[in-house]
Amino acid sequence: MNFSLSQAYKIYNHAISFFNYRKTLILSRNLNYIRINTYLYLNLNQTYVVMRKIVVVGNGMVGYKFCEKLIARPVRGDFQIQVFGEEPSPAYDRVHLSEYFSEKGKDELLMAPRSWYEENGIQLRTSSLIAEINTEEKEVVTYKGEKQSYDYLVLATGSSAFIPPIKGSEKTGVFVYRTTEDLDAIKTYAKKLRKKNKSKTTVLGGGLLGLEAANAAKELGLETSVIEFAPRLMPRQLDDAGSNTLIRKIENLNIKILTNKATSEICGEEEIDALTFTDGSRYETDMLIISAGIRPRDELAKTGGLKIGERGGILVNNKMETSAKDVYAIGEAALYNNAIYGLVAPGYNMAEVAVSQICGGDKTMADHIDMSTQLKLIGTDVASFGNPFIENDEVSAITYENKRCGIYKRINVSRDGKKLLGGILVGDASEYQNLFQIYINGMKLPENPEDLILGSRGGENTAMGSMTDLPDTAQICSCEAISKGDICNPLETGQCSSMDDVVARTKATTGCGGCKPMVTDLFNATMKTLGKEVKEVICEHFDFNRQELLDLIKINKVKDFNEALNLFGKGHGCEKCKPVLASIFASITMETANKQVTIQDSNDKFLANIQRNGTYSIVPRIPGGEITPDKLMTIGAVAKKFDLYTKITGGQRIDLFGAELHQLPEIWKELIDAGFESGHAYGKSLRTVKSCVGSTWCRFGMHESVSFAIQIEERYRGLRSPHKLKGGVSGCIRECAEARGKDFGIIAVESGWNLYVCGNGGATPKHAILLAEGLDDETTIKYLDRFLMYYIHTAAPLMRTAPWLEKLDGGIEHLKKVVIEDSLGIAEDLEKEMEGLITNYECEWKQAIEDPEMMKRFKHFVNSDEGDDNISYVPLRDQKMPRAWT
Amino acid sequence: MQELLAQYQSVALPEVVRWVNVGKAEEFPENGGACIKYKNKQIAVFNFTRESSWYACQNLCPHKLEMVLSRGMIGDKEGIPKVACPMHKKTFSLKDGNNLNGEDYKIAVYPVKIESENVYIGFID
Repeated sequence: MNFSLSQAYKIYNHAISFFNYRKTLILSRNLNYIRINTYLYLNLNQTYVVMRKIVVVGNGMVGYKFCEKLIARPVRGDFQIQVFGEEPSPAYDRVHLSEYFSEKGKDELLMAPRSWYEENGIQLRTSSLIAEINTEEKEVVTYKGEKQSYDYLVLATGSSAFIPPIKGSEKTGVFVYRTTEDLDAIKTYAKKLRKKNKSKTTVLGGGLLGLEAANAAKELGLETSVIEFAPRLMPRQLDDAGSNTLIRKIENLNIKILTNKATSEICGEEEIDALTFTDGSRYETDMLIISAGIRPRDELAKTGGLKIGERGGILVNNKMETSAKDVYAIGEAALYNNAIYGLVAPGYNMAEVAVSQICGGDKTMADHIDMSTQLKLIGTDVASFGNPFIENDEVSAITYENKRCGIYKRINVSRDGKKLLGGILVGDASEYQNLFQIYINGMKLPENPEDLILGSRGGENTAMGSMTDLPDTAQICSCEAISKGDICNPLETGQCSSMDDVVARTKATTGCGGCKPMVTDLFNATMKTLGKEVKEVICEHFDFNRQELLDLIKINKVKDFNEALNLFGKGHGCEKCKPVLASIFASITMETANKQVTIQDSNDKFLANIQRNGTYSIVPRIPGGEITPDKLMTIGAVAKKFDLYTKITGGQRIDLFGAELHQLPEIWKELIDAGFESGHAYGKSLRTVKSCVGSTWCRFGMHESVSFAIQIEERYRGLRSPHKLKGGVSGCIRECAEARGKDFGIIAVESGWNLYVCGNGGATPKHAILLAEGLDDETTIKYLDRFLMYYIHTAAPLMRTAPWLEKLDGGIEHLKKVVIEDSLGIAEDLEKEMEGLITNYECEWKQAIEDPEMMKRFKHFVNSDEGDDNISYVPLRDQKMPRAWT
Repeated sequence: MQELLAQYQSVALPEVVRWVNVGKAEEFPENGGACIKYKNKQIAVFNFTRESSWYACQNLCPHKLEMVLSRGMIGDKEGIPKVACPMHKKTFSLKDGNNLNGEDYKIAVYPVKIESENVYIGFID
């Protein structure tokens, strides 16, 4: 809308009489306009533009995405944007809500900080419920009665939890799972329950959201069950076999699953104490979290006279237009094609369409909305795409089920073997992106379609073909609707040159993150076709990977970090390269963390593990978990004297928490005087070699596992490596030491020891794989030396043995050849190097307390002998713990 | 907790009212940091030998409000001198205290001068 100068002045004088022109003449972000006030922008072409006002109701993920997409438009300067959010916080990532308890704070879940809205000229009003909309007058009314006019209204009101009509849902202890406030309420109630020694929590709903809620409850340490009305979990995504696999996986984590249960009543006087079901059975529970589906928030639209679907939802066409002029609805509140879409990708898509329409574009919503999804539920990969259930005269299902590993895969393929129509993956969804691309792009299938889920057996070629075979239109990131072309073209034209550039430009991978491996592969493949080398480098200071740097430092006999940086790097280093080089120096010369203190990572620097309140914990070595009563009493006495919280660790030793920095040397002196040494619990180094009691006492034991564990732990103590190393020795195949969950595990059999390698617990548990069997003590140690040294030489920083083996060309067969057959001719060198490191071992705590220079760093203040007065504790079960983080 | 944070406000060189002697230069490790106490403040002081410069900032990490920044590793990001908190590796510019991870919070920085091997920090109180 362009006006002549005089017309514009009239409007402007009329509209805002109180406005002082001179005071508020501000250059807007968009350099084509000078902002005069919120309504008028002076176009530098000397015509006045009346800004049109967009009011967005709802500041959830989709409402936020609408703003983000709008401000990226060249015509952004034509619009004034005002956003009303009902929650106190700006939009946050609801998809990762269950991480709110475990890993992420509220701030980390935010889509963008509050300052982002300000910087981008968006007026955001949180805690502001809109009570009414008036489409005739084109205005909205807040709950305080304040009126705001609009030119365009965008309803992104989202959805609320669906509460099934069950008697008793008003009782205390019944919650829904939708917002961070819900989570806070659940957390508070859980605390209350815990005081009464109760923790039984039931989640109503075994769909996607229900399982997320169960995960959150489990993270809170509650005894969790899930009730599902349908005969299986995730009934919209999984078939029976898929659901059974998922149930077995989840039940292994002590979450109980009950299917085929229709709840009839929520019982209890004021507080819930049980559920009853239509089959007459009863289930006791102290808390209920309802997560049985969503209901579109359409009440505002309804009272505003907009057309609503029969079962709710604001009716929209493929332009996201509602029945009222200039009113759009997007996200979970919108009813499109007779359906509500509870996934973030279609929501983002709707935001893009609405932005395009308002800006005069012609983008519309596709007729068919793809509901394919991939996610991690309670630690288990689950994916479902296309039509997961179809099987008829024209379509056959190919399934693979592995009950031992908890994996189920199904693909639905046309009888002629040419088309993929859908599928299900549970337990291992690593093929999802490839399968999804084949499905969505109608790509040709390999000769034996089963290769898609089984891998090609026999031949060297992979079933997938190359990433570069995908058509340019193939959608890679469904959250942001980014195609292969969007990623590859800017690389080919030189507009982007790094992975970071690609992410910054396209926003690919920033949604659910599921496409990250694929974007990385595409990036690497494209760079390769362009003849550019893609290298994994340590950081901006070193253009080398860890293995290269290790070789360079070793060959050139580099003494310290500064010399390495001067010779092979640039700048002054950082928190990434410093610890990597510290580890490399230790792996070459066995130097302790006392030598180059300032390049050590947080824990190594003070030879202790930094804990939540900036205090440290202390773990003396207890090889193989064997300890004399006298030594045990010493630990007790020390813990008592210094008032340390004491706990048995998972590695069969004892951890003492809550020591202040300046107390560390004093504590260690007492421990060392009693014959202890550093346990290196703070280092990326050998931790423990766990053992079962073995043939010395156990009536089943085949060999002396404790003696062997002690021998091995003492052999490799202090050995620093790319990541931590854990070992285990079991005296028989009952495997009480859980040795196969370790980086190296040794299990006694009739003929000697079986040696397993590259297992771990943690976030991605892996069983160690058999490297060699029936070994004597000496050979076991020889192979271990070779294996560990080979790993130390070639792994990337912070890469444990399991992912290292996965990346190793040729995998376990290659490793066997190197370690057993010495196929690379390096075995002798590896053994020699290991021997050198072992001979140079020194307890670094003993070294530190004997040297006054080294001791200096354990003072909290340079200019005072006081400790940190910021530290405070609260009592916990007769011991103490740090006060909570705010 | 907010009170704790409010104690720390950046001091620009021309504003300095008092230069406080906080110790000998040799007491601060090369290319590393140590903490000093002034009134009720804890200040992290960094001897950035590679750059031949000194920096000081609050010892309090604004992320989780623990007194730990002096124990962090220092280095640079594209030439900007920085410190990484030992807790969660949040990084801050030692020049102006800005957060280098794109998050909201920042830290207060203070001027440092060295005179006859003594380290002085500039305060306004």
